[in-house]
Amino acid sequence: MIPSAFDYAAPATVAEALGVLADAGDDVKLLAGGQSLIPVMKLRLADPAMVVDLGRIGELSGVRDDGDALLIGAMTTHHEIVTDPLIAEHVPLLAMAAATVADPQVRHRGTFGGALVHADPAGDMPAPVLAADATFILAGLDGERRVAAADFFQGYFTTAVDDGEILTHIRVPKYTGWGARYEKFTRVAQQWSIVAVAAMVRVEGGTIAEARIGLTNMASTPLRATAVEQALVGAPLTREAIATASAHAGEGTDPASDLNGDAAYRRHLAEVLTKRAVIVAAGL
Amino acid sequence: MTIAEVGRPRLRKEDAHLITGRSRYTDNMTLPGMLHLAMVRSPFAHAKITSIDTSAAKSSPGVVAVLTGADVAAEQGSLPNVWPVTTEQKAPAFPSIAVDEVAFAGEVVACIVARSAAAARDAVELVDVSYDELPVVLDLEEAFTDKVLAHSNLDSNLSATWVFDSGEAGTGKPIAEALANAEVLIERTFYQQRLIPAFMEPRSIVVDPTSEQITMWSSTQIPHILRLILALTLGLPESKLRVIAPDVGGGFGGKLTVIPEEFITLMAARRVGKPCKYTETRSESLQSGHHGRAQVQKVKLAATKDGIVTGLDIQLLADMGAYLGIIGSGIPILGAFMYNAIYKFPAYRLECSNVFTNKAWTGAYRGAGRPEATFAIERLMDELAVDLGMDPLELRKKNWINHEEFPFTTVTGLEYDSGNYEAATAKALELFGYDELRAEQARRREANDPVQLGIGISTFTEMCGLAPSRVLGALSYAAGGWEHAQVRVLPTGNIEVVTGTSPHGQGHETAWSQLVADKLGVPFENVEVLHGDTQISQRGLDTYGSRSLAVGGMAVLAAADKVIEKAKVLAAHMMEASEEDIEFTDGKFSVKGTDQSTAFGEVAFAAFSAHNLPDGFEPNLDSDATFDPQSFSFPHGTHLAAMEVDTETGQVTIRKYVCVDDVGVVVNPLIVEGQVHGGLAQGIAQALYEEAVHDDAGTLVTGSFVDYLVPSAPDLPHFTTARTETPSTTNQLGAKGVGEAGTIASTPAIVNGVLDAVRHLGVKDIKMPCTPARVWAALEEAKTTGGVQ
Ligand SMILES: Cc1cc2nc3c(=O)[nH]c(=O)nc-3n(C[C@H](O)[C@H](O)[C@H](O)COP(=O)(O)OP(=O)(O)OC[C@H]3O[C@@H](n4cnc5c(N)ncnc54)[C@H](O)[C@@H]3O)c2cc1C
Repeated sequence: MIPSAFDYAAPATVAEALGVLADAGDDVKLLAGGQSLIPVMKLRLADPAMVVDLGRIGELSGVRDDGDALLIGAMTTHHEIVTDPLIAEHVPLLAMAAATVADPQVRHRGTFGGALVHADPAGDMPAPVLAADATFILAGLDGERRVAAADFFQGYFTTAVDDGEILTHIRVPKYTGWGARYEKFTRVAQQWSIVAVAAMVRVEGGTIAEARIGLTNMASTPLRATAVEQALVGAPLTREAIATASAHAGEGTDPASDLNGDAAYRRHLAEVLTKRAVIVAAGL
Repeated sequence: MTIAEVGRPRLRKEDAHLITGRSRYTDNMTLPGMLHLAMVRSPFAHAKITSIDTSAAKSSPGVVAVLTGADVAAEQGSLPNVWPVTTEQKAPAFPSIAVDEVAFAGEVVACIVARSAAAARDAVELVDVSYDELPVVLDLEEAFTDKVLAHSNLDSNLSATWVFDSGEAGTGKPIAEALANAEVLIERTFYQQRLIPAFMEPRSIVVDPTSEQITMWSSTQIPHILRLILALTLGLPESKLRVIAPDVGGGFGGKLTVIPEEFITLMAARRVGKPCKYTETRSESLQSGHHGRAQVQKVKLAATKDGIVTGLDIQLLADMGAYLGIIGSGIPILGAFMYNAIYKFPAYRLECSNVFTNKAWTGAYRGAGRPEATFAIERLMDELAVDLGMDPLELRKKNWINHEEFPFTTVTGLEYDSGNYEAATAKALELFGYDELRAEQARRREANDPVQLGIGISTFTEMCGLAPSRVLGALSYAAGGWEHAQVRVLPTGNIEVVTGTSPHGQGHETAWSQLVADKLGVPFENVEVLHGDTQISQRGLDTYGSRSLAVGGMAVLAAADKVIEKAKVLAAHMMEASEEDIEFTDGKFSVKGTDQSTAFGEVAFAAFSAHNLPDGFEPNLDSDATFDPQSFSFPHGTHLAAMEVDTETGQVTIRKYVCVDDVGVVVNPLIVEGQVHGGLAQGIAQALYEEAVHDDAGTLVTGSFVDYLVPSAPDLPHFTTARTETPSTTNQLGAKGVGEAGTIASTPAIVNGVLDAVRHLGVKDIKMPCTPARVWAALEEAKTTGGVQ
């Protein structure tokens, strides 16, 4: 488990990092928590000529109040997401999902931004971020650009981040007062999601006023379960109504078949887990 | 009166250095001028090697040498199989570096020797091997048909067919009669999936060839056997080899083997004349270490209408993988004697076919043959109970050996010396709350609860204390089953115990200290246990098969007895009394009927100073003993599992697990508890989690812990463990063995519990591991096939 030799840089600012990236050419990788990159390098599935460590750039860490949204630094660790008071108040869904990632060691090293750019279909952070309609802030030599979550995840391990760009922050709108639940299905406790459902629900006067549902590992990218969301709006707060709406969860999905289950089983799980997630999020 | 050490839950002596990181694993070893090895492995499961170009690798920075099969063909020989189960057994040559054909993905085709581990790893990619792919055979049942051959130079995939027939052996009735007269016949096929031992410390080898005697450090369970096999295979004098097993981080049978990499490291070190180290990666460990289980069992159970079992017939296919490991051929045979388990039915036949496939070779894995056997019979007992509408426990009671019937000679001819199945079962039922759980099960069924409850039962017994040498001889195993120990008495009266067992997590240093402390009346702390080095412990047969206490522990006790005998002579001389009048208690020699006494330490010093010894008395108290058991020991137990099945997702959860094991007299309850917990985890893993899966080309898909799912603490329930204690009568301590108990009993208990939860919905069987996807699919299928029969 020894990676190929590589050059290493650890810039102190985003501007400096962008410069190093520009000079390094094509064969370069950014290093965040290293919890995905280092394993693939050790297996020699990746052998970048240069690794640029973002770990010394203080401006990339932490959670800030930004009016109607939270501004989360890309280098904020999973552990910080789990324990941050602003997140607990305004988007607890993120903390719930981050709490299911691996084990304490990985959560103390692995980062929010790294997990999103890595874009593993079975990763737990993309679906909640998609459900929350977050905005990705990317820095490049030509300045900053903003990408909506719906456009960010483009395919299997592929995102809108271009060569030479750095994800600096993720702006997540506040969902203060909404109910939330991340329902993750695994065979053993420490495992990537076989399927997971991220649900946020706003209840008003005994009915569901708004619902946001993200699906993990139901396609090469995270998905919104829009058919379920629509069916839930205006639905009464009953298990039956939620179950009926959740039966749409498999629509428009394209899950993989693997050792943990085939596509049909995953679609079935999506329905069951959506029902369970919404029931809890709705406070039933 | 000193407190008895045997029976005390002593914390382990070994643990402090392990948990504070002061461990000495083989990979921690660094020698001056040491070089590093990396292996080039075949990506194909079956192929001809047409050419190997090593030139680029040889000129890569830091590379000292590159060895191919052709380079070492003259010296490497073939890794031996030491257990020819029949005289006609066939086996392909098993070179440590493949020469012209590879037969599984992961087989070594070349070895890099370099100045650093990184340089060696870099050069692996520069070796250019050309292959002509050959057809692969991966499925065991398909391999048995010989349509595709796993080796192009063998004309069949069949290695051997071994048969036991109680009618022919004269140990019972003929099976044909039992099957013909059966009032009820249960026929099933069970699949024992391939498992990976998945020990924590990957295998590692260091060889120092720089002195007259070559030293090998290896992460092995069997340093003594390894030395002998290296010597015999490579034609080296045994005396020129020293093998050391330093701290070894788990084995579970996976290190009860000799491996190509041990031979390769030795050959490489001798060639370059410098110390060499090889440490495998986790992926290499999973891919190319031997695997376990991998059997198909076609079983028939004959019984009367009132539930008396009258016979059992087993057609067994055992997957050897691509080669015969040292004892791979014998693993199913170890199970062959245990299919009758705790029951006393009269007729039994087992026909086992050992078959080659293009996968990693198989070998011992915790329980080795006995978990497979126990699974089959315990699943069948549940199936029979269902068929007859009987309570599964009642059915077992009707068939088991009652405690007053011991010693009992079974249908396989083994004599069970002792046991009390009634007592263990009664205790388990009490701890479990059987009746309450049955009532809850009924309520959930009635209410059509999405979460259904099942109760899984398994009893078990196993043969431990491997093994009486004459029995191994009768089974054509090459070596004996004795064990050796030496008790050395230092001048101060402190003790060094040298044991031929080779612990790798079992806590022998602690347990043997307890044995000797009691025997010699010296403090526990004053006993040091030495092991795992052929230069210190010259004789030994190492650690596997729950043998160490029942065989090695007895050698320790016998050696300590000899120390006392010697010391008595000297004590008598010192106190001017007659030998017959000397008594030894609590570490003191005293003269009967007087208040004269002398302490063990004083006698030890007298032996050392040798100023005043009886005529002809050798000036030391050291003693050796070699113990060859006359019979096996038979631990047993009853395990009960309450299983919840979420019928919406297929997810299975263990709600409660109770086991009552009878392992005879216990030296250290804490160690026994630990062994039971670990064993349960591994048995549960077979039932629910683990399976080595290959793709159609024979590549291991479960090649990392992302896909090969080893359960960890959060996946397991709080175990309720208890013991009954029926001493073994086959050794002086009454100990039986505990290393494999949990693994053997838990797999069928869990699967029986899962099936009990969903059988009323029409599910008849689920293959292991019972994954959520499989459980859900079984439920769906039952819906479409109409459910309850
Ligand atoms: C044992 C284990 C178990 C795990 N289990 C789970 C799990 O259950 N669920 C789950 O979701 N995840 C799991 N993970 C992955 C974990 O969440 C990782 O932390 C995450 O996938 C990657 O984050 P990182 O900070 O470690 O990124 P890195 O590994 O450092 O980087 C990942 C990729 O993102 C790129 N990158 C990182 N930061 C930036 C940036 N700011 N701008 C542009 N590109 C960037 C890197 O170049 C690289 O390609 C597990 C990891 C391990 C080791």
